[in-house]
Amino acid sequence: MAARKASAKAPAAKRRAAAPDPYAVGPLGLFQLVDEDGKAVAQVPELPEGLPERFLEAMLFQRALDQRMLNLQRQGRIGFYGTAKGQEGATLGSGAAFAPEDWLFPALREGAVALWRGMALEHYIAQCFGNGADPTHGRQMPCHYSDRGARYVSLSSPIATQVSQAVGAARAMQVRGEGQHVAGAWMGDGATSENDFHAALNFAGVWKAPVVFVCQNNQWAISVPLSMQTASETLAVKAEAYGMPGVRVDGNDVLACYVAVAAAVERARRGEGPTFVECLTYRLGGHSSSDDPTKYRDESEAAIWEKRDPLLRHRAWLTAEGRWDDAREEAFLAESGKRITDAIATVEAAEPVDRATLFTDVWATMPALLADQQRRLDEDLPV
Amino acid sequence: MPQMTMLQAINDAMHVAMERDPDVVMLGEDIGKKGGVFGATDGLYDKFGALRVMDTPLSECGIIGTAVGMALYGLKPVPEIQFLDFIYPAFDQIVSEMAKMRYRSGGQFTCPMVVRSPSGGGIRGGHYHSQSSEAYFAHTPGLRVVMPSTPADAKGMLLASIFNEDPVIFLEPKALYRHGKQEVQEGWYTTSLDEARRVREGDDVTVVTWGAMVPIVEDAAGTAAENGVACDVIDLRSILPWDYDTVLDSVRKTGRLVVVQEAPRTCGFASEVAATVAEKAIDSLEAPIARVTGFDTPFPYALEHVYKPDKKRVLGAIEFTARWA
Repeated sequence: MAARKASAKAPAAKRRAAAPDPYAVGPLGLFQLVDEDGKAVAQVPELPEGLPERFLEAMLFQRALDQRMLNLQRQGRIGFYGTAKGQEGATLGSGAAFAPEDWLFPALREGAVALWRGMALEHYIAQCFGNGADPTHGRQMPCHYSDRGARYVSLSSPIATQVSQAVGAARAMQVRGEGQHVAGAWMGDGATSENDFHAALNFAGVWKAPVVFVCQNNQWAISVPLSMQTASETLAVKAEAYGMPGVRVDGNDVLACYVAVAAAVERARRGEGPTFVECLTYRLGGHSSSDDPTKYRDESEAAIWEKRDPLLRHRAWLTAEGRWDDAREEAFLAESGKRITDAIATVEAAEPVDRATLFTDVWATMPALLADQQRRLDEDLPV
Repeated sequence: MPQMTMLQAINDAMHVAMERDPDVVMLGEDIGKKGGVFGATDGLYDKFGALRVMDTPLSECGIIGTAVGMALYGLKPVPEIQFLDFIYPAFDQIVSEMAKMRYRSGGQFTCPMVVRSPSGGGIRGGHYHSQSSEAYFAHTPGLRVVMPSTPADAKGMLLASIFNEDPVIFLEPKALYRHGKQEVQEGWYTTSLDEARRVREGDDVTVVTWGAMVPIVEDAAGTAAENGVACDVIDLRSILPWDYDTVLDSVRKTGRLVVVQEAPRTCGFASEVAATVAEKAIDSLEAPIARVTGFDTPFPYALEHVYKPDKKRVLGAIEFTARWA
């Protein structure tokens, strides 16, 4: 493939290039714009006005929100939480590359994308409280967001099921003649072992579907390291067997993630088919509030990745560009902290979920058998 | 009205559905140019093209997973699983995704789609071309599970399913595909997905069944009538949600119940029918409830005729129940 030939000529991702093309780096290289120290290693392309600053703000906000939500879990106020700590660059850089009309099929750690696309903070928090303020009526455990307005499709816990659904949505766009829209699917490295991963990429290749696959390779599927997940040299290289380009990106470089995924989205929009983007990153925290990574992982590895924190890197770059300073950050964090505090207070004061919602939305209209069961419950245990 | 086999009626329903709504699409293995291994999708590819009648790669989980995505986006996909026995790779998509989408999203996202699949024995297909797996799906809230037994019901229920807001598992008893012809209304009509069908009126014994067992039960009920036992035969048609009011009304009249299913015995849907009658109409029962079922064995090849309930076993159960005093 052309992309592979180009990568063979220019294997060094860090070399400064005039016109960085993520496809030219190929599935075995690593597309990067800003290095660990916050120095540009390639020419950062012109980005929409204010976008880099918004990225830092959104990353800071997510980091703060995650910490607060994890604290709520530790205090017993919510039942569960999974942070995106260390993956905010891959999450937001990829998520921001899609247009509002595009359809997104998230995995576990893309909640920041829902917020980026306009999901109400109160709904995000209410989903975790699972109370009456939650539009999904507390039906799922925390972190399983759903927002129609953001075209952020309801997340389930089974791994990789969303990936083939994204391909189906992309196919539906073709059927409807709405190929200007694109579907996006997120997954982790563990998901690449699932049946649905294979089915999804295979169907997408055959259909030349307008879909972009974003794999957040955080190198750990709960306790199983990438080396035990696959013997493949990279995840991106798997794309080639499905007849689509694979692009490997430094997932802790938010700008590189954005540029690579935006290129993939535009390619899909032009009708040129799917792309698989592997964002190489690292899960700095546990899998979730129920997980203790010290049981299976050498924390010296995490310490190395702490230094590669996407937030530190992007802040260093923005500061060096003269577009960010401590005062601005302090003000932003103070305002964000207040927003989060206020939203938690509002949500926590809401009533518990209405018991009647146990029985609604199972079928489009409630069948007699379920109405009978509800009536029986109300007789046995009056509200 | 034209005479049609069940297969022709199903095919006709899909022509009507695709003409009626451009959002109706078909996908599956060999459903395009070949028109399906049984011919159910014959002629659709030529008429509606490859974008709406899609031959897919050979992956049941991919067929259902992508169909779920199509339904989420707004299409009305009708994926075909070539044999029900091959549906298990898609079980996750059906049970975890399709069935739960409306509920888990608080109604923000829905999956109006119909998974069609030939079900049951009748073609000497052994383990993997013969099973009746309706109970697995009937155990999943959010799904509709239907299984017609006549050409007219097959067409009307398929159209009702495609234009219904719920995800439907549409099971086609392959033994009845070419079992016989019946007058089937031309063009558009729908048949209820909420009501059982009374096949035969009688005051002595209620016999509840569905799918390919319906004609066998009809045959047995005919002989029973000659012997002086009048059966009230009910074809459930919809397994989930199911119309237990019709069954209960009948049992309150007859006081006796036989349930006939082709599927294995333990945890089959016949057990649900029996339990519901025992709970809600025990005062009316004058005899033990009898079940006539397949056995708790894999579906056999050489001994298919022994495995499947036949007229003799059904008649035996009817007479045993009728005689009980």
